[in-house]
Amino acid sequence: MRKGVMRPGHVQVRVLDIDEAVQHYTELLGMIETDRDDQGRVYLKAWTEVDKFSLVLREADEPGCDFMGFKVLDEAALNQLEKDLVAHGLEVEQLPEGELKDCGRRIRFTVASGHAFELYADKTYTGKWGVSDVNPEAWPRGLKGMKAVRFDHCLFYGPNLAAVYDVFVNVLGFHLAEQVIDPEGTRIAQFLTASMKEHDIAFIHSDKPGQFHHASFFLETWEDVLRAADLISMTDTSIDIGPTRHGLTHGKTIYFFDPSGNRNEVFCGGDYTYPDHKPITWKAEDLGKAIFYHDRVLNERFLTVLT
Amino acid sequence: MVAYQVYNRTTGDRFSCEEGQSVLKAMESKGYKCVPVGCRGGGCGFCMIKVISGSYECGKMSKRHCPPEALENGEVLACRIYPTKDLVIECHSEAGNAAD
Repeated sequence: MRKGVMRPGHVQVRVLDIDEAVQHYTELLGMIETDRDDQGRVYLKAWTEVDKFSLVLREADEPGCDFMGFKVLDEAALNQLEKDLVAHGLEVEQLPEGELKDCGRRIRFTVASGHAFELYADKTYTGKWGVSDVNPEAWPRGLKGMKAVRFDHCLFYGPNLAAVYDVFVNVLGFHLAEQVIDPEGTRIAQFLTASMKEHDIAFIHSDKPGQFHHASFFLETWEDVLRAADLISMTDTSIDIGPTRHGLTHGKTIYFFDPSGNRNEVFCGGDYTYPDHKPITWKAEDLGKAIFYHDRVLNERFLTVLT
Repeated sequence: MVAYQVYNRTTGDRFSCEEGQSVLKAMESKGYKCVPVGCRGGGCGFCMIKVISGSYECGKMSKRHCPPEALENGEVLACRIYPTKDLVIECHSEAGNAAD
């Protein structure tokens, strides 16, 4: 049942060199730098996003993800969700308005997989980049690189997936779109959504907590994914795998790494889901096909290379 | 062009590395697979090696995988070291599990 969580709103990613990272996310992915703050963090957005930023880059001595934030419907929903999280037994940290520039107050909590998440209701509305709200043109001129359409989702690796499921489904109102079940009946992967998208967030089991697998950005077409692959070669960017198709979600995808080793995905397509849809199940025995539908074989790097 | 020889004494492989090229990039470009390839960005720790002899310059590496004491021991990420003399390396005993 929906509880007022609308969509992924932002992700803060740690990078080893801020200038190299900004170059990667602007020139290659085609995101737009929208601001910087006095901590040295850089704020970016993809062109169709209506709020001021969706990606925050922070220079640090180890890469990874600081937190992922979801935007909720309004302040009343935020207040209720805060009460529900506390009642569920989670510690909730308060981040005041302006701690992220032009973002309202946020609440932050860490789930049992070791990952930090945030909820917020307000962020400065800047509208889509380069097009008007009235009689908009199809797309703006001047986009660079892959011309990423939007920040779409993240995949995290960590333990205690059942407890994480409980928070996302029963407290935050997500539903389970897809899962991977092992022969003992344990869910080892869960794709959760607050929308019609097959995943707004996904988790895969790993004993080690707090690991970041990738941040994903949406493209419109398979041709765009192939063009992204061309750009990855043209820029000698570190590639992981693709272009290919996933079994899970059926999205068409390519994976690569930012200059600090954080994995990125750009993808198109993917199935849709409504809350009355039963979860799609993939068997762990067929994990190769579930992850890489064409090769039907796992590549070790995809499972073990994380930040 | 200046090139340095890299000898992986764990596997017995030898390959040349151009000036300014990372050890991992040189290995991949020569078709060797004697060091595990991860993110190639100093982030995941997958390509951890130990440098036994030789000299090199370092790029930025995740402190989680390469804290100062590891660097002092020559325990570095192959994707982020650039030889300035011939190198003898061995694969770190944790290689392949560094990002588990």
